[in-house]
Amino acid sequence: MTNACLTFRDLTLGYGSHPAIHHLDGTIRKGSLTAVVGANGSGKSTLMKGIVGVLKPMAGTVTRAAGVRTAYLPQQSELDRSFPARVVDLVSLGLWPKRGLLGRYTKEDREAVSQALMAVGLGGFETRPIDTLSGGQLQRTLFARVLLQDADLILLDEPFNAVDAKTVGDLIALIKHWHGEERTIMVVVHDLDLVRQNFPETLLLARQPVAWGETRETLKPENLLRARRFHEAWEENAPWCEPDSHDHDHRHGHDHDHGHAHGHHDHDHHHGAGPRAA
Amino acid sequence: MDTLYGLFIAPFADFGFMQRALFGSLMLSLGACPIGVFLMLRRMSLSGDAMAHAILPGAAAGFLFYGLEILPMTIGGLIAGIIVALGAGAVSRFTIQREDASMAAFYLISLAIGVLMVSIRGSSVDLMHVLFGTVLALNNEALTLIGGIVVLTLVSLTIFWRALVAECLDPLFLRSVSRLGSPVHFIFLGLVVLNLVGGFQALGTLLSVGLMMLPAAAARFWTVRVGPMCVLAVLIGFASCIAGLLLSYHASLPSGPAVILSAGVVYFASILFGTRGVLRARIVHHRHRTA
Repeated sequence: MTNACLTFRDLTLGYGSHPAIHHLDGTIRKGSLTAVVGANGSGKSTLMKGIVGVLKPMAGTVTRAAGVRTAYLPQQSELDRSFPARVVDLVSLGLWPKRGLLGRYTKEDREAVSQALMAVGLGGFETRPIDTLSGGQLQRTLFARVLLQDADLILLDEPFNAVDAKTVGDLIALIKHWHGEERTIMVVVHDLDLVRQNFPETLLLARQPVAWGETRETLKPENLLRARRFHEAWEENAPWCEPDSHDHDHRHGHDHDHGHAHGHHDHDHHHGAGPRAA
Repeated sequence: MDTLYGLFIAPFADFGFMQRALFGSLMLSLGACPIGVFLMLRRMSLSGDAMAHAILPGAAAGFLFYGLEILPMTIGGLIAGIIVALGAGAVSRFTIQREDASMAAFYLISLAIGVLMVSIRGSSVDLMHVLFGTVLALNNEALTLIGGIVVLTLVSLTIFWRALVAECLDPLFLRSVSRLGSPVHFIFLGLVVLNLVGGFQALGTLLSVGLMMLPAAAARFWTVRVGPMCVLAVLIGFASCIAGLLLSYHASLPSGPAVILSAGVVYFASILFGTRGVLRARIVHHRHRTA
């Protein structure tokens, strides 16, 4: 597939021996705009970390197409807000892919920083210390940094948390603008109405993909119900997932509209609230 | 005029050992103070202290085999410091344990070994010597060593400045755009060790941390940018060295503590009068602008 930006092959990501993303297969098309939805603990952020490479897969692979530059806005930033830096210092970090460790920031770079701040509605905030920003302003500052990174693949993990309605509108407009520039974008979102209105494609996760494809199809009530029955807790004595029992088909692409068939499905969830609809 | 000259210039003009002490401690400030700023900003202020203790067994080993010679003690200290820094750094990077805990574990073990080694051979007078240094007896070897350390520190800081700032400000971001995160952390820890080893010649293992941390902590109250903060820390370090040496000369006080206490005075003054200090926050805040 030449137009795949990201390819997941039997990808399992997790913590300790417990999977948070379980045997994910599929591709993300170049230039697509995908919402990633699911309950707390369904593996959304974990998937993002796996794509960026911050978290190593327990099994399987995630492959980025050659030459794809990635920008990542994490849900829980490790940003140290007490660090003595100004908005412009923080946003300028986004020049790293372009300038690296030693490249000098040029006049154009500084203008690009100002324009990025302008684009997120923070024109004139350049010299503000970052510890004086509100939560929403900080979030927009980080958006400006993503803007500056000029990446082909943009991963946003719950970017609309603590952001007011007007700003959400501005940021959505920005995302759509990126979409228009043929960038590939994945956004973790909780607001399903927002997803329905703005995102052409959706991946619905509950540790395994419940549904993946066109947004309207994916967010059908029966899929949402199945995703809701997902059992969040780990089970210490859950049986080991054996490679053999896991019948796997690499060819199926992007439209998983059924939960991933899996040998230990029932055991995994036998403490769950009632039988799964799957 | 003569009294001023007598107070401030004569001690340095008339005595070679004072010149050396001044030169050595000023160079030391030039490297150690910016390092201290970054230690503080990474919330590792106490790690400097821990590292200083960690250096002890290496220095003690040098002392055990060669007596009170600067070079073996320095190299020993360097080796011990780097083992502890890399060990503690690696544990915190690759396990769930945070750096404060791993550093505490490593330095305590190291310190115990050091005290054990000194007690096998030396008397407590020697231990005092190792712990509290000899700024007034800096020889050429020691000055060269400090000079080399300062040059290496400043060059490394210049090269890795952007990565170091990024690693402090937003480590997850740095990891997403570059693989430099871990190397920079270890280079930084290496610089901490180097500067402490350099300082331990002049001020002893305990007080060399003071010259690293106190000017940095004081500078924090005056500015909201890293670059100026480093410059200010160096200037405070310079002032403390000069004031401390003069105090030590005129009042016949031990030089190391005199230098550190001078920095301590600047620190308390900064807490009170700094632009981000206590008084300013209390007094100015009931006036505000409309937007």
